[in-house]
Amino acid sequence: MKSLSDFGFRVIQEYFLMCNKYKLFFSQKMIHSLFLINCSGDIFLEKHWKSVVSQSVCDYFFEAQEKAADVENVPPVISTPHHYLISIYRDKLFFVSVIQTEVPPLFVIEFLHRVADTFQDYFGECSEAAIKDNVVIVYELLEEMLDNGFPLATESNILKELIKPPTILRSVVNSITGSSNVGDTLPTGQLSNIPWRRAGVKYTNNEAYFDVVEEIDAIIDKSGSTVFAEIQGVIDACIKLSGMPDLSLSFMNPRLLDDVSFHPCIRFKRWESERVLSFIPPDGNFRLISYRVSSQNLVAIPVYVKHSISFKENSSCGRFDITIGPKQNMGKTIEGITVTVHMPKVVLNMNLTPTQGSYTFDPVTKVLTWDVGKITPQKLPSLKGLVNLQSGAPKPEENPSLNIQFKIQQLAISGLKVNRLDMYGEKYKPFKGVKYVTKAGKFQVRT
Amino acid sequence: MSSNSFAYNEQSGGGEATELGQEATSTISPSGAFGLFSSDLKKNEDLKQMLESNKDSAKLDAMKRIVGMMAKGKNASELFPAVVKNVASKNIEIKKLVYVYLVRYAEEQQDLALLSISTFQRALKDPNQLIRASALRVLSSIRVPIIVPIMMLAIKEAAADLSPYVRKNAAHAIQKLYSLDPEQKEMLIEVIEKLLKDKSTLVAGSVVMAFEEVCPDRIDLIHKNYRKLCNLLVDVEEWGQVVIIHMLTRYARTQFVSPWKEDDGVEDNEKNFYESDDEEKEKTEKRKKPYTMDPDHRLLIRNTKPLLQSRNAAVVMAVAQLFWHLSPKSEASIISKSLVRLLRSNREVQYIVLQNIATMSIQRKGMFEPYLKSFYVRSTDPTMIKTLKLEILTNLANEANISTLLREFQTYVKSQDKQFAAATIQTIGRCATNISEITDACLNGLVCLLSNRDEIVVAESVVVIKKLLQMQPAQHGEIIKHMAKLLDSITVPVARASILWLIGENCERVPKIAPDVLRRMAKSFTSEDDLVKLQILNLGAKLYLTNSKQTKLLTQYILNLGKYDQNYDIRDRTRFIRQLIVPNEKSGALSKYAKKILLAQKPAPLLESPFKDRDHFQLGTLSHTLNTKATGYLELSNWPEVAPDPAVRNVEVIELAKEWTPAGKTKKENPSKKFYSESEEEDGSSDSNSDSESESGSESGEQSEEGDSSDDSSEDSSSDSGSGSESELENKRTAKKNAKNKGRSDSEDGEKENEKSKTSESSSAESSSVEESSSDSESESESASKPESRKVTKEKEKTRQDRNPVTKDVSLLDLDDFNPVSTPVALPTPALSPSLIADLEGLNLSASSSVINSRSSTKPCSAS
Repeated sequence: MKSLSDFGFRVIQEYFLMCNKYKLFFSQKMIHSLFLINCSGDIFLEKHWKSVVSQSVCDYFFEAQEKAADVENVPPVISTPHHYLISIYRDKLFFVSVIQTEVPPLFVIEFLHRVADTFQDYFGECSEAAIKDNVVIVYELLEEMLDNGFPLATESNILKELIKPPTILRSVVNSITGSSNVGDTLPTGQLSNIPWRRAGVKYTNNEAYFDVVEEIDAIIDKSGSTVFAEIQGVIDACIKLSGMPDLSLSFMNPRLLDDVSFHPCIRFKRWESERVLSFIPPDGNFRLISYRVSSQNLVAIPVYVKHSISFKENSSCGRFDITIGPKQNMGKTIEGITVTVHMPKVVLNMNLTPTQGSYTFDPVTKVLTWDVGKITPQKLPSLKGLVNLQSGAPKPEENPSLNIQFKIQQLAISGLKVNRLDMYGEKYKPFKGVKYVTKAGKFQVRT
Repeated sequence: MSSNSFAYNEQSGGGEATELGQEATSTISPSGAFGLFSSDLKKNEDLKQMLESNKDSAKLDAMKRIVGMMAKGKNASELFPAVVKNVASKNIEIKKLVYVYLVRYAEEQQDLALLSISTFQRALKDPNQLIRASALRVLSSIRVPIIVPIMMLAIKEAAADLSPYVRKNAAHAIQKLYSLDPEQKEMLIEVIEKLLKDKSTLVAGSVVMAFEEVCPDRIDLIHKNYRKLCNLLVDVEEWGQVVIIHMLTRYARTQFVSPWKEDDGVEDNEKNFYESDDEEKEKTEKRKKPYTMDPDHRLLIRNTKPLLQSRNAAVVMAVAQLFWHLSPKSEASIISKSLVRLLRSNREVQYIVLQNIATMSIQRKGMFEPYLKSFYVRSTDPTMIKTLKLEILTNLANEANISTLLREFQTYVKSQDKQFAAATIQTIGRCATNISEITDACLNGLVCLLSNRDEIVVAESVVVIKKLLQMQPAQHGEIIKHMAKLLDSITVPVARASILWLIGENCERVPKIAPDVLRRMAKSFTSEDDLVKLQILNLGAKLYLTNSKQTKLLTQYILNLGKYDQNYDIRDRTRFIRQLIVPNEKSGALSKYAKKILLAQKPAPLLESPFKDRDHFQLGTLSHTLNTKATGYLELSNWPEVAPDPAVRNVEVIELAKEWTPAGKTKKENPSKKFYSESEEEDGSSDSNSDSESESGSESGEQSEEGDSSDDSSEDSSSDSGSGSESELENKRTAKKNAKNKGRSDSEDGEKENEKSKTSESSSAESSSVEESSSDSESESESASKPESRKVTKEKEKTRQDRNPVTKDVSLLDLDDFNPVSTPVALPTPALSPSLIADLEGLNLSASSSVINSRSSTKPCSAS
């Protein structure tokens, strides 16, 4: 029955589309409509900024999705007879935007990600349930973020002034008093020269925290030598300072930073001339910079993996044995180690014993996950056992590569150090803190 | 949401209560699907009641549910009359939701929509700028043709609004009106022209967007605003930056001559990102004396460069394409680092960026060679990313790195992702043809793959080997024999067809095997794929011509089979071949040449990058991604042979209604503003300041002696803006120009005296004013002008205009005398002086445009 009523609407929509056809000949720039689609292929939200585009346009998307085998491979740009579809895949949802004319595809992609970020920011997660529960806020947000398909307000500070994020308390209060989540004061930020910071910020405890997070991207080959390694880092800030503070952050060794991208609040010139990050911060959490450490520096690889994976010819089993140990860890503990292996399709099951932690093998996706935990140098963690193969199938060509995750607290592997943080423009003394973490990024060991 | 159901149940008492109640519970659950059509109708009745109630909370609930319906794509248009009544609601949230509803359905209920218009018209006059702006937004989003005149009027008024925010919305409204009624184009262009002159960073992005939409061909509207846009660019919001950069790229391609001509023998050394610009420039200038880059061209390149460090991938890509299409080839290499950085981003960004890098790497290998390893494939990459990376690796392959690459490819060939493994094999084939040293090694490697267990890999290898062998007419009998054996096992049609073709081509080299193959094929002919059947026919024909003794009967048998095949293509081919090779009375002259026709020397296939032909699309565009021209794609024109008159970009210096806003707040704001922009914008608050700057600027000839050192010394917090690389980089030039400036200011000293007092007031801006002056002078040559520097007071205008010729003479004559640190930068004076003259001439005031600017000079917040 649902499909029947859907059909009815489809007809009506098509009709209106026809009525408006003549208008479509005139170019309409940028984002025309947005559809949110879940993993099972249901369109659960649609928003149109110009005339209505029928849901049936998504059929082209579904077609491409079917062809692509897995979600990761759905092409981000699809051409259909009358429209172009540009989509992103985030948190098990597809954001499919409908475009009618030439537009830089990155413009749309970047915007869609900004939308997803905003949902994440507002609802704590960017999931179908969260979006459906907050459909009104979602609509209000989309309305503010795009005008006629062109981005209007995308800064979280501004949006939060326009539309208050839902909290449990507020939703209770709202339902009792009938008040709303729309800000009653209108934002000033959009009008000021500092569009990323809201005005009139007040805190009793003034704090500024910086997290220096570095990730090691590496490809390690069979023999344990490094094929490729580099360090990518970000500095995430959590700033809770009253008024209009003007901060400058300097480093002991700024030369390490090879390529940097900035939050718009940072003054380019100051960085180029003095290598100091000088900025008026947005309120709350934001990413200050992301950087790459110059490739001349040798990258320290904190862990090594000994592995021996073999599949016997003409037999339905194989052996699996990996051991992890610390390498150049600068005297810090390596923790949060997880090993993920995408086993070949012919693997039916795995029968393993870890000396430490626990492992799971999903026979459907063929993904082996070993949650190791900490490395204690006295007793190196290892995972050994047998692999059951589909009988009769040829043995796999190649051994699977190991994807490793780890974390080292209190260490920036590149050696980057924050020198000092100064504040101008406000009189109070803020509490300042810097935290360093090193993580594995795309860390892959070929076997 | 539970509150919703309460509200609902309370109101829907009475007879239908039970029935309705049930439906309500089913429909109200947030994710629940709406049931039948009929229940929808009844529910809507109910929503109507709620909308007509007196309680805001009920109305709000109703509106929320209606929005929920819209979000699901359900039709809620029949509620229009009930909803539209609430357009004047006092409750902001209700109002907002009603707006959302109106914009969506007004088109379908045009008559009723008109009821709401007067509310918006009233709101357009509201003292609060945000209310004015949002009224304009909604009004212009209602696609009802009958209100076009009202919209036009509203846009015109809003374009002259005091608040830049309202003007921004006016710019957005232009596009909406244009798509509603293109007849209005002429009038809208007038508004665009007016808004383009706006100095607010808020407006810039939106108005350029409108320009691109409505009249992208009216490049003449940009001339006067070109320098301003370049200077504002850093401070415009990110989305606006993308649009402006794309527009300026097109503009620059029509206005400047190519910087590439003598640049082709590039030294491709990788440049340090932070290498100072003037070193670079010196180099550039030394290298090609005859070509001098238009200072405006340089200005654009210089001002976009910092944006490579934007966090927004779209901005980085926009700058990258600008450098690719506009900068001298030696300078373009700085973009590669930033593009490689984007590869850390999510898969969609990677996909687009890799596509663009693929196109670039074909033409200029050197740019990405240092980052070769960044394109190494990870087993967790999605296939589309893998194949793109592979493409780039192939493009970057050369004699030096091929051995490393081949080792890497070996890993890929074994990948579990067979599609990717197949792509790798093709890649190896391409590398083998491009780099002759490794051809043999690759061929051997591929032959090894023939014994691979995976059919796709084997098939792909066969196809690639076929192509490679074709390129090498040398003896490869062994390989062909090996492949002939494969015919028993391999089932992929393309591979089988390839093997048959190879044997046919080389049938004289493998005289024993070929007829045997034909025999076996004749046996299985009927069960083969069409593709294979065609090749069997070919093989038969070729053998018939070379070895008719052994194969005559076989071929005739095959031809007979082909004659009655189901596929007409095969029947056609059979008929053709029969006529060609079997001599009979009907066959014409052609059969004499049958051997020549069938066994002609065939040109080897060219293994080319699929990205080869994409370079005629502008990088970073949708058309480039799709490799077809997208609707609305604007061709990037070729460089003009001769540059159009650069003087068109000279701006008349406009006097600002001198409002000396009593300091106070203004003063306080200034430092923070100056922080963020070297090119200060619009707002009245800064105007007073910039006014004074320009005065001190023109008066600072004396100060300019120390102009060089001032860059560093004035680096206190408030002068941040003016300093920085630009002025530093320009030092030498500046010094020279200062002298000119001096000359001019000398001649004006008289008038200056009375201004000086004011200048001193702006002591806070003094240090920066030194730089302003330097950049001012620079602008004559380099046009790296800041908007303020153009604002010269009215009193001066007349005299200056009169004295112009004199001034210029003086400045040119005195050039050396006043040059404090005379540096031997070879400035091609002839190229510069015309623009200098023009610029000086351009300093006069046009009365017409003063209106808009005096308006924009007033405080933005005054309205609120």
